[in-house]
Amino acid sequence: MDFFLGHYNYWIFIFLMMLGFYVVVARGNLVKKIIGLNIFQASVFLLYISIGKVLGGTAPIIIDGYGTDPVIYSNPLPHVLILTAIVVGVATTALGLSLVVRINEAYGTIEEDEISEMDREP
Amino acid sequence: MLLAFLAIISLAIMRLRNLFGVVMLGGIYSLLMASIFVILDAVDVAFTEAAVGAGISTILMLGTLALTTSREKIPMHTPLLPLVVTFVTGAMLVYGTWDMPAFGSAEAPPNQHVAPYYLEQGMVETGVPNIVTAVLASYRGYDTLGELAVIFTAGIGVLLLLGRRRDPARVPAKSEFASKNSAGGTETTSATEENKSCSSSGGTAA
Amino acid sequence: MRHHVILRVVAKLSIPFIFLFALYVQFHGDFGPGGGFQAGVIFGAAFILYALIFGLDNALKVAPINVVIFFIAAGLLLFAGVGVAALLYGGKFLDYGVLASDFVAGQHLGILLVELGVGITVAAVMIAVFFTFADRGR
Repeated sequence: MDFFLGHYNYWIFIFLMMLGFYVVVARGNLVKKIIGLNIFQASVFLLYISIGKVLGGTAPIIIDGYGTDPVIYSNPLPHVLILTAIVVGVATTALGLSLVVRINEAYGTIEEDEISEMDREP
Repeated sequence: MLLAFLAIISLAIMRLRNLFGVVMLGGIYSLLMASIFVILDAVDVAFTEAAVGAGISTILMLGTLALTTSREKIPMHTPLLPLVVTFVTGAMLVYGTWDMPAFGSAEAPPNQHVAPYYLEQGMVETGVPNIVTAVLASYRGYDTLGELAVIFTAGIGVLLLLGRRRDPARVPAKSEFASKNSAGGTETTSATEENKSCSSSGGTAA
Repeated sequence: MRHHVILRVVAKLSIPFIFLFALYVQFHGDFGPGGGFQAGVIFGAAFILYALIFGLDNALKVAPINVVIFFIAAGLLLFAGVGVAALLYGGKFLDYGVLASDFVAGQHLGILLVELGVGITVAAVMIAVFFTFADRGR
């Protein structure tokens, strides 16, 4: 039971990650693919942050004194990594979406099947 | 509980074919993630997620939908192979969690390496109470500089892909894409472009 | 959206406060949750709200795309410039301790400037991306 309580968060993140992966692989719509990538990415963010959590801890903002008080703080390092990753993620999502827009202008569709169909025909 | 909501919403995102609905669910997903981050003590991350995920990226998705189409078509091929691949990968990852440290343990290796040093010395060395800011800007300055360069590059890339051409002498509208490709120097892509235009004209003739 | 009086009035009232909040998040990031990334996004969101309510043309009058592009580069240059300044003062790259008379004050100054650079670039990228998407749709 302890094992289950200590690990079920990982299993949910894996479920989310695989769901995003499935959407990326199985769906033909390019916008849907990018949303699937975002779900995948979000599960990685959640994994990192949950690793950094310390039970009974609090947010790593030191209030009084110089850090010598016995308050437990959560690990700040994953927060830093994920904080930047979120903003980088939205910037790269914007890049991907702009590629989708260009593909739509060139082919008139954003369905992968139709695009490869057009490319295959001589 | 919140995690269960997250799983349900992501399932709905997978099932739904109306892309507007999918984007709206994506916004809700981001807000839920932000509240989970608050519970996990990551206030800075929650702040960012609420501003970025629920705000900017929803707007960008809606902008893309306005420029393209909002209905997803049913894919032609069966999703059997992707299902198998995801299940196998997922099973292997679950097997990998057997060795993971339990949730919230202070003795876990990630919480033992440099984190105690940051928490004890960060305030003394930088004079900044918010350790996340101190690590972000000072201890990991190179990292942040690199991330900022990535954002810069992505922004420039979007401007190049979608920005309006300032030079009016260039050929407008229809042949824009082809001319850009040939200017890029890749012979093959311009060839396929010509092929495509040929085939489409042939299709209309037939 | 030009004819929705309620939207226009509410937007007009709230946009200054969004800017103020963004600046607070930017410069109070050392002491509470916040920092350059969040402040940049909020700052960009205020511009995007303005563009949504009052139209892209008015928004382009406030923030012409050339100026926005200039700020994209300026933020990154500010970040790198702080690093180079630390080099010139005799320290290591991005080692802020040498920027002021004592070590902790130098660190604080460096963090403030670096976060400002991050905020400028992030805000400008968000605004530029939205403007190009909206401009494409016309």
